[in-house]
Amino acid sequence: MTEQIKFKKLKFWEINFKFFFNETPVGVFLSDFFEDKTATLALICLGCICFIALFAPLISPTNPYDLAVVTVMDSRLPPGTRSFDGTTFWLGTDGAGRDLLSSIFYGLRTSLAVGVASGLIAMVIGCSIGLIAAYFGGRTDTFIMRLVDIQLSFPAILVALMLLAILGKGVDKIIIALVIVQWAYYARTVRASALVERSKEYVEAATCLALSHKRILFHHLLPNCLPPLIVVVTVQTAHAISLEATLSFLGIGLPITEPSLGLLIANGFDYMLSQKYWISFFPGIALLVTIVSINLVGDQLREVLNPRLQK
Amino acid sequence: MSEFIIRRVFQSVIVVILMSLLVFIGVNLIGDPVDMLINPEADQAEIERVISMLGLDRPIHEQYWLFLTNAIKGDLGKSFIFGEPALKLIIQRIPATLELAFAALFLAISIGIPFGVYAGLNPNTKISKIIMSGSILGFSLPTFWVGLMMIMVFAVMFGWLPSTGRGDTLPLLGIQVSFLTLDGLSHLLMPALNLALFKMSLVIRLSRAGTREVIFQDYIKFARAKGVRYSRIVLVHVMKNIMIPVVTILGLEFGGLIAFSVVTETVFAWPGMGKLIIEAIQNLDRPIVVAYLMITVLLFVIINLIVDVLYSILDPRVRLQDIRS
Repeated sequence: MTEQIKFKKLKFWEINFKFFFNETPVGVFLSDFFEDKTATLALICLGCICFIALFAPLISPTNPYDLAVVTVMDSRLPPGTRSFDGTTFWLGTDGAGRDLLSSIFYGLRTSLAVGVASGLIAMVIGCSIGLIAAYFGGRTDTFIMRLVDIQLSFPAILVALMLLAILGKGVDKIIIALVIVQWAYYARTVRASALVERSKEYVEAATCLALSHKRILFHHLLPNCLPPLIVVVTVQTAHAISLEATLSFLGIGLPITEPSLGLLIANGFDYMLSQKYWISFFPGIALLVTIVSINLVGDQLREVLNPRLQK
Repeated sequence: MSEFIIRRVFQSVIVVILMSLLVFIGVNLIGDPVDMLINPEADQAEIERVISMLGLDRPIHEQYWLFLTNAIKGDLGKSFIFGEPALKLIIQRIPATLELAFAALFLAISIGIPFGVYAGLNPNTKISKIIMSGSILGFSLPTFWVGLMMIMVFAVMFGWLPSTGRGDTLPLLGIQVSFLTLDGLSHLLMPALNLALFKMSLVIRLSRAGTREVIFQDYIKFARAKGVRYSRIVLVHVMKNIMIPVVTILGLEFGGLIAFSVVTETVFAWPGMGKLIIEAIQNLDRPIVVAYLMITVLLFVIINLIVDVLYSILDPRVRLQDIRS
């Protein structure tokens, strides 16, 4: 008997899916990324955190900084207590009677905003400097890379501490400090990959066409340096969030008017010795989940984007 | 070789001078120390007396020149709050910080290497997976929060370990140290473990990666074929070869331990120089801030110089590359 080959007729969307995930670069990248369950979970987690941070005022049960709602009567209640007016404090309240869950939502907002803003600014500055160093070479390159080396020889926390000792407290100041701490990492990464790309033929072709330096740098070199850059962006953002929390905890980062997770944890420190663990514990968990999920996503990106590890 | 060393020393001196300028100018731009340090009820004469005593009335470049000449003489000004020389206050606190850093380094090595080697030898067992996830957590956990949780669990809930201070100290070669008394050791354990956590994860990863690489080498196969005992292969043949990257990285990271001790010292109220600087920043005690920053810059420049020189001895390529550029 001859075997009959059956052609199953695919619906148009099925074909599109198959084509998308097996043929297009973005589709292949996505299907590679979602192969790992932990990373997928981490990405979902990160999505939720971003959602909470963006819409904190809309979804948090109470406004922790509305003085009309917060009363000292509710202070230091353990998790799950009901207040007199019927609101339940799922994670308890802090020393001033603020609902901890709402404070964490608002704190995530501040922490993420500072982390992402400083990461993006540092990326723009670091990438430009790194590209310039790689493209022009020679003395410019030596000078910039020596600067990077000197800065990276000091631990990040020490550089941030020095800058904040000099600049003082404030949102703008901590962003400046975090940018100065981070730019060197971006510059080094971009320079390394741009040096490889620079010797390739398409750059030579672009130079022969007498395109401007700016065009070659940002339209030809930069897109080809993106894969390692994306990994550094995730790792550095996690690092920036952690560093900001540490500095705010030490009392030299954000002012009390902009409570980030680090400040919430610092507030709970005073109550810790009387067994009121929740005031420090839950903001810390929120911080931990944020940092771990960013790191896991970054790890998976590294796996997927690294050509050496590809099967 | 000598050319390389001279160049590096010269560069280091430039870094120190630049940093001193930046630090001094910057610190003088924070708020007005007059408001912070003088009793608001003091009369005008009293305020002026204090200002001239602290040298705050002179132009900023004169203040800097005064500071620079004094710094070379080893006098970095008197603390506004303690009324003692800033340099003396910091130097008094250095032993506590160094003790903490060395204890953390010891813990990182003595816990990290066995765990890492185990995970490298048996990569697929459950324990190895737990160790490796633990090391990811160690990288991600914010140090200060882990410290708080340690205090909560071991000091508040179980009451096993004291949460603050240094405990009883004994003099060793003229320096007060905690690790010689039982009370001091119990005070040292938690802060040291807290500070060590990050480096421990690093050591675990390094020694695991090293072990994975080394066990497939021919000399290990040969040793096994020769009938060398398993424990000897691991303890001698494997260990010797993974120590090279571990020791190099830890040498480089020791500075990081000193820098991060700022956090641990604040959490555990450990009386080192990190706690001093945080208090000084909050009180705008400028001489201490300036002295601390100068001392740490000097410390790091020296550490980096030593590492660079050692590297150039071990690997001549570094030196040649530097001279060419």
